[in-house]
Amino acid sequence: MYVLIAGGGKVGANVTRSLLRQNHEVTIIEQRPDRFRVLEEEFDYRVQRGDATELHVLEKAGIGRPPDLLLAVTGDDEDNIVICEIAQKRYFVPKVIARVNDPRNQTHFDMLGVAPTVCATSSIMALIEHEVPESDIIRLLQLREDELEIVEVPIGNDSPSLGKRIEQLKMPDGTRLISVAREGRSEIATASTKLEPGDRVLAILQPGCEDELRRVLLKH
Amino acid sequence: MKAIIIGCGRTGSSVAHHLHDAGWEVVVVDEDEEALSNLGTRWPGRFIVGHGLDIDVLVESGIESAEAVVVSTDGDNTNIVIGLIAQRRFHVERVVVRVLDPARAAFFAERGLHTVCPTSIAIGALTEAALVSEMVSTEGASI
Repeated sequence: MYVLIAGGGKVGANVTRSLLRQNHEVTIIEQRPDRFRVLEEEFDYRVQRGDATELHVLEKAGIGRPPDLLLAVTGDDEDNIVICEIAQKRYFVPKVIARVNDPRNQTHFDMLGVAPTVCATSSIMALIEHEVPESDIIRLLQLREDELEIVEVPIGNDSPSLGKRIEQLKMPDGTRLISVAREGRSEIATASTKLEPGDRVLAILQPGCEDELRRVLLKH
Repeated sequence: MKAIIIGCGRTGSSVAHHLHDAGWEVVVVDEDEEALSNLGTRWPGRFIVGHGLDIDVLVESGIESAEAVVVSTDGDNTNIVIGLIAQRRFHVERVVVRVLDPARAAFFAERGLHTVCPTSIAIGALTEAALVSEMVSTEGASI
């Protein structure tokens, strides 16, 4: 496979190294003179000096072949968007992958059809959400095909459903409680199960029902 | 008529004044507070400090009801992306974007973005001026 990589920072250099180890053909474009010299020491002729948003630089790097894959991994989101736009629309590169540096720009990538994207900050936030549960709904499992998801809800001291039996709760349409975990033991949720502080409730719900579930179990 | 000017350097600030003089309501956006000084001491319109890629800033500027958006920050790619957002997300009727690189300006113009390339304009004007002076000197020689 021939891969063109725009941006020779840590991401670009490490991906280049990995792809070369797998015997792929790689050209990497780097603009900064100092960084270019470092990359050239390691990757030799595979490094191309220049601004990867300039057409003649891309052409010199072989975008006209075109490559099987282009990675836009510079530290600048606008540059990455423009590189992907040029690669896809002008040179018909069949597949692009773009790096999102600032997660607030994700919406721009999505709107302009630049996909797939990778955002380190968003990935880390998703891990944090999983590893350090705070008092909110935690997504455990997405049953994509069935359009259902299974979530865990921690019952706090201020839960509006505290002390109530499940049959007394006004469960929103499209949601159902599965089980209640208390002091290391889990039991199937039945009509007479009473919710106590510290309980961890598993629920199954249809997409879009999260806010209503929050209202019933989390917030006054 | 309302216009949003994004990027308040030499170009953006002058465009802002011209549009204001023509009777437009003009809102200027720049991420640098100091850029306000480019508009002179008596700028009667609004000036918003923020990045042109920030959707909240664009909405605050009133882009949703603007007839025109002029993008003239110092980055070609920033201008292109802001222009595409103004056009495709906010459906602004007239979006004009400054792009210094002629090749990129031409490519995005083909894709439906109204780009203005100062480099191409300068190349044309300089070439024309040189040809005219050559003509003048040739004419002079023939007399």
